[in-house]
Amino acid sequence: MKLNRPDQAGRFGAFGGSFAPETLMPALGGLESAFTDAWADDTFHAQLEHLLATFVGRPTPVYHAERMSRRLGIDLWLKREDLAHTGAHKINNTVAQGLLTKRMGKPRVIAETGAGQHGVATATACALLGLECAVYMGEKDIERQALNVYRMRLLGAEVIPVSTGAGTLKDAVSAALRDWVASVETTHYIIGSVVGPHPFPWMVREFQKVIGEELRTQLDGSPGHPAPQTIVAPVGGGSNAMGVFYPYAGDPDVDLVGVEAAGLGISSGKHGASLGHGSPGVLHGAMTYMLQDDFGQVLEAHSISAGLDYPGVGPEHSYFKDEELVRYESVTDDEAVEAFHLLCRLEGIIPALESSHALAWIIRESVALQDRTVVLNLSGRGDKDVQQIAAMYD
Amino acid sequence: MFATARSENRAVLLPYLTAGIPNPRDSVELFVAMSDAGADGFEVGIPYADPLMDGPIIMEAGEQALASGVTVDVALDIASQVASRTGKPVVMMTYVNPVLRMGVGTFFDKVNNAGACGVILADLPVDEAAPFLAEAVQRGMGLALFAAPTTDAARLEAVVAADPAFVYAIAEVGVTGEREKASANVEGLASRIRDRSDVPIVFGVGISTPDHAAKAAKVGDGVIVGTAIVRRVLEADTTRAATAELSKAVKELAAAVRRPST
Ligand SMILES: Cc1ncc(COP(=O)(O)O)c(C=O)c1O
Repeated sequence: MKLNRPDQAGRFGAFGGSFAPETLMPALGGLESAFTDAWADDTFHAQLEHLLATFVGRPTPVYHAERMSRRLGIDLWLKREDLAHTGAHKINNTVAQGLLTKRMGKPRVIAETGAGQHGVATATACALLGLECAVYMGEKDIERQALNVYRMRLLGAEVIPVSTGAGTLKDAVSAALRDWVASVETTHYIIGSVVGPHPFPWMVREFQKVIGEELRTQLDGSPGHPAPQTIVAPVGGGSNAMGVFYPYAGDPDVDLVGVEAAGLGISSGKHGASLGHGSPGVLHGAMTYMLQDDFGQVLEAHSISAGLDYPGVGPEHSYFKDEELVRYESVTDDEAVEAFHLLCRLEGIIPALESSHALAWIIRESVALQDRTVVLNLSGRGDKDVQQIAAMYD
Repeated sequence: MFATARSENRAVLLPYLTAGIPNPRDSVELFVAMSDAGADGFEVGIPYADPLMDGPIIMEAGEQALASGVTVDVALDIASQVASRTGKPVVMMTYVNPVLRMGVGTFFDKVNNAGACGVILADLPVDEAAPFLAEAVQRGMGLALFAAPTTDAARLEAVVAADPAFVYAIAEVGVTGEREKASANVEGLASRIRDRSDVPIVFGVGISTPDHAAKAAKVGDGVIVGTAIVRRVLEADTTRAATAELSKAVKELAAAVRRPST
């Protein structure tokens, strides 16, 4: 059964909690009160809705992908988060957390980023609201998402390279948390997904669930607006997936499918499938499914997609997995790249590599999905990935 | 340990060192040298790949140790040699996940068998500590809980009420690493804890020099020096050089934790 909110200890069943250094705990408590207070305040909602409508461009459209539908023999619809300002769902969360930062009176924001979309969305919210902004990004990701690095700098953010570990998203989150341990008195950490210690997973889900709420009104079962039978979303940390799934979780008429990165193939060990092939442990402050070795050391993930290259996942997804509210599958780098090309050619939409994973699963399963109404959460646009794709064919 | 030190009008000195540096074989010798130089006990680090409370020096030490195969069992083997060769108290320090992976009960059994008397888990706040405390208490062992300069009154009450073996008082807002200036937080933090309890207070994080240690020792029962010790090992070209450096540093620190009689 889905939960409105985690329990007092920040748990979704066995998952979540706050395994954070004591130095951060008072700020996490303060954040929980500030969020609870804001979320019960009509003024805050009015401010947020105004920005979502006039700045972010919500509601994002739902598009009927007819050529793709014919090709696959399914009825495919795309929830167009790629059309949100800055090109991904990440902005839903950053504008809301930015407003909350102002409300808490903190002048500085830090963030982590993998694909750079969350970094860009955070830099954007900070420019909008007049907040100082620093973004931690792994060195490997700085290389493969160069466009977004430049965008962040244009927006006035400082991009801080992280060279520890594999130089990817996990390392960027850790570096941001270390910064926060030192700067917590003046700084808010705008975490980029439904991960981290309580109250982040719950709060970010509340800020992202607008995706699924809109979808419910857009595809309401009226003529020409068939209700979804299957909803598919990519899962990195899990925020776009949680955003679209949450309003449907527990609905017996809808199958929810989260797609993780199988990287070079699950058997290669080089993947990001924490839910499908990980085990419960504590990563970045929360109990959740994660990739770890026999000794409890965190393993490096692998994915062609920087946004899915993460060895953990939001704790509420771990709960959804065990409660069987959502099914979690995975597709390889190669399958994702093939899906990327297909959407470009058939629909005139260049998708993010993250979103391409969810599409690749739909393509692979199209026979089983025959004649069903399927919604793909198109979490972001692929401009950031064009350089990386081009390099593959050089 | 704390009672004796109190009667001697001093704090105890507990140097921190990651197990297995500069290499698993020589690791014990460094602890023995620090013992000979006047350390009262030790905090032995079990390396963890993603240490959220640690700065670059201790991270580097952890990476080196992991690369040379220092698992929890290897670290405990080193700790047990330290305990038997020095006869001094040993506290294990690590993060929650390796402990969960092994099983909390199994971990405490192994720590106990190694002859270590306590455990510090850097990402375990009082809110999540109950199952860990239960396993520690059942074996007559100690688990530290934390108080930071940011810790508010309500949280401090909860920490003290949980009856930890000692309060690890975090001297600086930030991760482990050397600081130039002595902490401005120690007096305030110590008196906020003392107002509520007689529990031993051990200061750590940012305490880098004998002067810093002396200031913390004035108001605390113990002082942990980590990065300043680990850095000396990482910088030394040979184990002999590291041993000499540590002996000198620990001698000065041990003198500093003795309060001047007024
Ligand atoms: C377009 C896009 N989709 C998905 C993700 C994965 O994050 P999450 O699982 O939190 O939605 C990212 C992360 O960078 C992204 O940029």
